[in-house]
Amino acid sequence: MSNSPAATKRPGRSGGFASRKLAPYLFLTPFVLLFIAFIVAPLVYAFYMSLYRDTLVGGRHFAGAASYIKVTGDAKFWGGVWNLVLFGVVQVPIMLGLALLFAIVLDRGQVYAKGLFRLGFFLPYAVPSVIATIIWGYLYGPNFGPFTQIAKALSIPPPDFLSPGAMIFSLANMVTWEYAGYNMVIYYAALKAIPSDLAEASRIDGASSWQFARLIQLPLLWPAILLTIIFSINGTLQLFNEPYLMRSLASNTINSSYTPNLYAYSLATQGQQYGYAAAVSFVLGIVIAGASYIFTLITNRRRPGQ
Amino acid sequence: MMSATPDIATFDAATRRPGERRRSRIILTLLLSLFLIYSFVPLIYLVLSSTKTNGDLFATFGFGLGTEFNLWQNLSDLLTRDNGIFMRWMFNSVVYSTAAGLGAAIFATAAGYAFAKFKFVGRKPLFALVLGAVMIPQTALVVPIFLLLALSGLSDNPLGVILPSMISPIGVYLMRVYIEQAVDDELLDAARIDGAGELVIFRAIVLRLVAPGMVTVALLSFVGTWNNYFLPLIVLRSQDYQPITVGLATWYQLAQQGGGGGQVLFSIIITGALVSIIPVIAAFLLLQRFWQGGLTAGSIK
Repeated sequence: MSNSPAATKRPGRSGGFASRKLAPYLFLTPFVLLFIAFIVAPLVYAFYMSLYRDTLVGGRHFAGAASYIKVTGDAKFWGGVWNLVLFGVVQVPIMLGLALLFAIVLDRGQVYAKGLFRLGFFLPYAVPSVIATIIWGYLYGPNFGPFTQIAKALSIPPPDFLSPGAMIFSLANMVTWEYAGYNMVIYYAALKAIPSDLAEASRIDGASSWQFARLIQLPLLWPAILLTIIFSINGTLQLFNEPYLMRSLASNTINSSYTPNLYAYSLATQGQQYGYAAAVSFVLGIVIAGASYIFTLITNRRRPGQ
Repeated sequence: MMSATPDIATFDAATRRPGERRRSRIILTLLLSLFLIYSFVPLIYLVLSSTKTNGDLFATFGFGLGTEFNLWQNLSDLLTRDNGIFMRWMFNSVVYSTAAGLGAAIFATAAGYAFAKFKFVGRKPLFALVLGAVMIPQTALVVPIFLLLALSGLSDNPLGVILPSMISPIGVYLMRVYIEQAVDDELLDAARIDGAGELVIFRAIVLRLVAPGMVTVALLSFVGTWNNYFLPLIVLRSQDYQPITVGLATWYQLAQQGGGGGQVLFSIIITGALVSIIPVIAAFLLLQRFWQGGLTAGSIK
């Protein structure tokens, strides 16, 4: 019996094998506990709440899918989504296009004071969006905003950054200011990871600088670009801080359903309609996941350089 | 020429004449300078405005100097306003962000280590779940978290902000990739043969090898928590518990509403905004290396 394969194995200490089997669960426990408590449980609870209807008289009733049916036809919700689609279609390409251009230029070292640009572009990302909104709010403001001051000094009508027509661009400008440098750093890091002998090889093959960027760098950058686009879609559809604070400057332009998150927030805090607010959040999550998924499908079909 | 170190920068050097190259270099520098000015304008405005009296904010040009240098008075007003609540908010932000950064780094490293170096039942679906969580709109979780905290008696408790901020799914992902590359399997096996327990191996070997990756995750969570507004806004009711973002925003809204002497707050808010961004900018400048390293790992894989 002592010649059986099991006995010829290394004489492990008792418990050594068992502890190696248990170790991964031990290492996962703290993270998984928090994950369950603050991601899984809220999701489950929100879903449960979304199936009930809160009424002022009579309390909470089971309503099944009624809230979801109501959201699909809720003009306020879709109006907010539409605002952000318009916002994103303009803002995201401008922001990511600039970030990509700057990253390529800086990576090639075709400028003076490279380090200053890299740091300077990134600096706004260190400013919390609340603070950024406060600063831009004062810059836009009719009280003592410098642009209003310039217009008054020149006796021309001051620009109204807070009007219904201009607000979406004013918000887009703030978001671009906050995140363009962040996206540039992502592209810059990805460009630095491209092996430098590729540049040498394509130069020997007679490729132009533009051909090199388009045919070699862009396809290799594609995972990073895709990542930033999905982050941007996600961030755009969740816009809250900037419009929420700008409301105190322009309450006529930004109503309580200007963005879907603003809508969910006001439903929950002012209307006490927790069930309906949860349904709105869920549908928003589905819209975001759907938009990211469709985008990935489309771009995977036609990747540049393939 | 051919034997020079191949570098992307040499690409244009070789294909263009020197004069042409210098001209394009100047044009591109000017182009980037425009955007650099754009990046700095709001910050310069903030610095200039923080030196002005409330009257000068209205009476003098926004991008110019005031009639007197009032920064010290503004700082003193800021620190004494509402019994010095500003320093309390700063302190809260420092505590919440530091706790979130440390917790996220340790928990994400432990979880990332389990995913990177162990085979266990449920490994793949669990990792897919963690990755999927990156896509969940964070704001969608905030109201249910608030209601659940209320049910468990934790409403208006700083733990309601700190604990959720310690979860970093992207950190788990980054640490898994990092550990796969930085920790050698043979080293772990050698330690096991020597009789080291799993916790000792983690503490003595793994933590030491992956410290740079942990700093990246800690920095990401620190900054994310420092900048967070929605979660503390909903979860914390008492002013004494609020972080700097919620506190300053409350002052801002008060000032905007005008009445009740709110306008006196303008120069205080501007000075407070300036003071509140200094720690984050300092953290970025000091830890730049780690910050960029983390982004590289995230974007390539």
